[in-house]
Amino acid sequence: MSKGTLYDKVWDHHTVTTLPTGQEQLFIGLHLIHEVTSPQAFGMLEERDLEVAYPELTHATVDHIIPTADQSRPYEEDAAEEMMSELEENVREAGIEFSDPDSGDQGIVHVVGPEQGLTQPGKTIVCGDSHTSTHGAFGALAFGIGTSQIRDVLATGTVAMEKQKVRKIQIDGELGDGVEAKDVILEIISRLGTEGGVGYVYEYAGEAIENLGMEGRMSICNMSIEGGARAGYINPDETTYEWLQETDYFQENPEKFDELKPYWESIRSDDDAEYDDVVHIDADELEPVVTWGTTPGQGIGISDPIPAPEDLPEDKQDTARRAQEHMRVEPGETMDGYEIDVAFLGSCTNARLPDLRRAARIVEGRQVDDDVRAMVVPGSQRVQEAAEEEGLKDIFEAAGFDWRNAGCSMCLGMNEDQLEGDEACASSSNRNFVGRQGSKDGRTVLMNPRMVAAAAIEGNVTDVRELPEAEVTA
Amino acid sequence: MTDTDEVEIPEVNHVSGSGLPVRGNDIDTDQIIPARFMKVVTFDGLGEFAFFDQRFTEDDDLKDHPFNEDRFQDSSVMVVNSNFGCGSSREHAPQALLRWGIDAIIGESFAEIFAGNCLALGIPTVTADSETIQTLQEWVDANPDGELEIDVEAEQVRYGDTTIDVTVDDAQRKALVEGVWDTTALMKSNAGAVQETAAELPYVSDATANGSGSESSSSAD
Ligand code: SF4
Repeated sequence: MSKGTLYDKVWDHHTVTTLPTGQEQLFIGLHLIHEVTSPQAFGMLEERDLEVAYPELTHATVDHIIPTADQSRPYEEDAAEEMMSELEENVREAGIEFSDPDSGDQGIVHVVGPEQGLTQPGKTIVCGDSHTSTHGAFGALAFGIGTSQIRDVLATGTVAMEKQKVRKIQIDGELGDGVEAKDVILEIISRLGTEGGVGYVYEYAGEAIENLGMEGRMSICNMSIEGGARAGYINPDETTYEWLQETDYFQENPEKFDELKPYWESIRSDDDAEYDDVVHIDADELEPVVTWGTTPGQGIGISDPIPAPEDLPEDKQDTARRAQEHMRVEPGETMDGYEIDVAFLGSCTNARLPDLRRAARIVEGRQVDDDVRAMVVPGSQRVQEAAEEEGLKDIFEAAGFDWRNAGCSMCLGMNEDQLEGDEACASSSNRNFVGRQGSKDGRTVLMNPRMVAAAAIEGNVTDVRELPEAEVTA
Repeated sequence: MTDTDEVEIPEVNHVSGSGLPVRGNDIDTDQIIPARFMKVVTFDGLGEFAFFDQRFTEDDDLKDHPFNEDRFQDSSVMVVNSNFGCGSSREHAPQALLRWGIDAIIGESFAEIFAGNCLALGIPTVTADSETIQTLQEWVDANPDGELEIDVEAEQVRYGDTTIDVTVDDAQRKALVEGVWDTTALMKSNAGAVQETAAELPYVSDATANGSGSESSSSAD
């Protein structure tokens, strides 16, 4: 049993009682909702004649189904329009704040929460979406929930949960040039496996983590769930506080900052905290990581050979064989040079301003390969606006990228942005499952955003460290 | 919806109704509710799509299926075979059955997640050996209006002059019999304590719960 960790402390602060089922009833400080997973829950509430218990602790946006090109209403696809209208009606009736496209604040739910200052250290945060773990970057306890739990939170402001174990992942040393947060988490998942975190919450710590900005920390926590951990978090520090201070919430309520800071400090894991497990990773050893298969755990360094299935643990061999067949890769080769048809720069893992900035430095003054269709989908309208203002849009467009509006887009292909046939895609998103990007034969290679930019230019997966950044002209 | 501190969760001790047999092993949730009916905004209308592809041909002609038979239209207890509800964990499956009118399922065995999803809706999933189930299915076929009575606590099913022993998973039995299967109602009944927890949190300053009598902090305990 862990003791004195941020997880233990935040859990204790939010525990209401132990239920007769043995689970604990946990108060939820922020409930984020979007159009795909909330409507059934609102329906169930209506059926029972219940109201939303804490509308002011609930915040909505639209991301999964929103078209990223033509966003005029009604949306071209009927199902998308229906889901959007349903959400509009639900939030209006319940009095829930809605970052809709007209507000200029719309975006992927895990980009929107942090940038508005809704995501704060020491909060419990839930959303009907597995990548809710993202918000753990701020020292919040954040996890994805299912439909009946959404109903529970809407109706009662609480969820029923069992406490999990805590694994500390200590990442010492410094990340080398061209190695990013995304590579750290891909490496963690490939080492511990996609089910390695089942039953655990991950605490990311160590020098390499402390040196990361908030966006990098979010990329790491975002993919905790791909490693099987329902939540992942990083203790809040000065980097966190500086970031928070710039957000709407604390700009509008500056007195809250000083009021809340002692709480934030108090929930940090103690120096002598006890963990159920500790894993060490040496940041100096890492290089850019790319996936060769069809789970996020099938990742290797860009210069490493693709493993032979028979060299893997027995329970992994079958999936590896099928994955290699699907991806059409051979053991022994590297992923360097793997031809791609599409480059997707987007998703809640890597579509924040610094991600786009770094990628822009790679494409600046270069041209997207003739055979590649490349697109940038900013994580939110605010990211989009800021990027346009500082000229990133022009850089991407000049290089031949398609610059689109904010949403989940090709991360899961629920709108019109999809892979076709057996297209291969260099993607900054978080899942490479078969069919994830909209085509059952589509092939996804996960990587960091600069690597995506490099792949778009070269027409194949390439080591971005060999592609020097353009001279900054501006 | 006035006093939320006293929400009653029905105890599901006895379920009765006429039965209908749905034969076959490994009937997965895709058969119970095909994936294409999942792009919906509510579970409300799902009842009519239960077993859709088993009941209709591609040209919408009726196929042979107990859900299509007139004599079973008022039935509420399904009698199934083994590993019922396997496959995808979609909550839409038990929702569709519930909305079609199913209140309980008797079978040889159930997929674990499916049984859990049923429990969340207060639908008992009780089991008996394959011979007993077969006999019961034959009886239901011959007596479409015959009453089946499930006693969850006593783990028995009565029909005609017969009483059979069935098994109800311990945790499920406790939850149903004691009326603690509905987490929403269960947690709603702690609204006072929830308010107190919220009030202790430094970041929840002005949150007031709807309909939880928040102005009085002297909540029932
Ligand atoms: S960007 Fe992708 S992973 Fe993130 S919320 Fe949207 S669909 Fe989910």
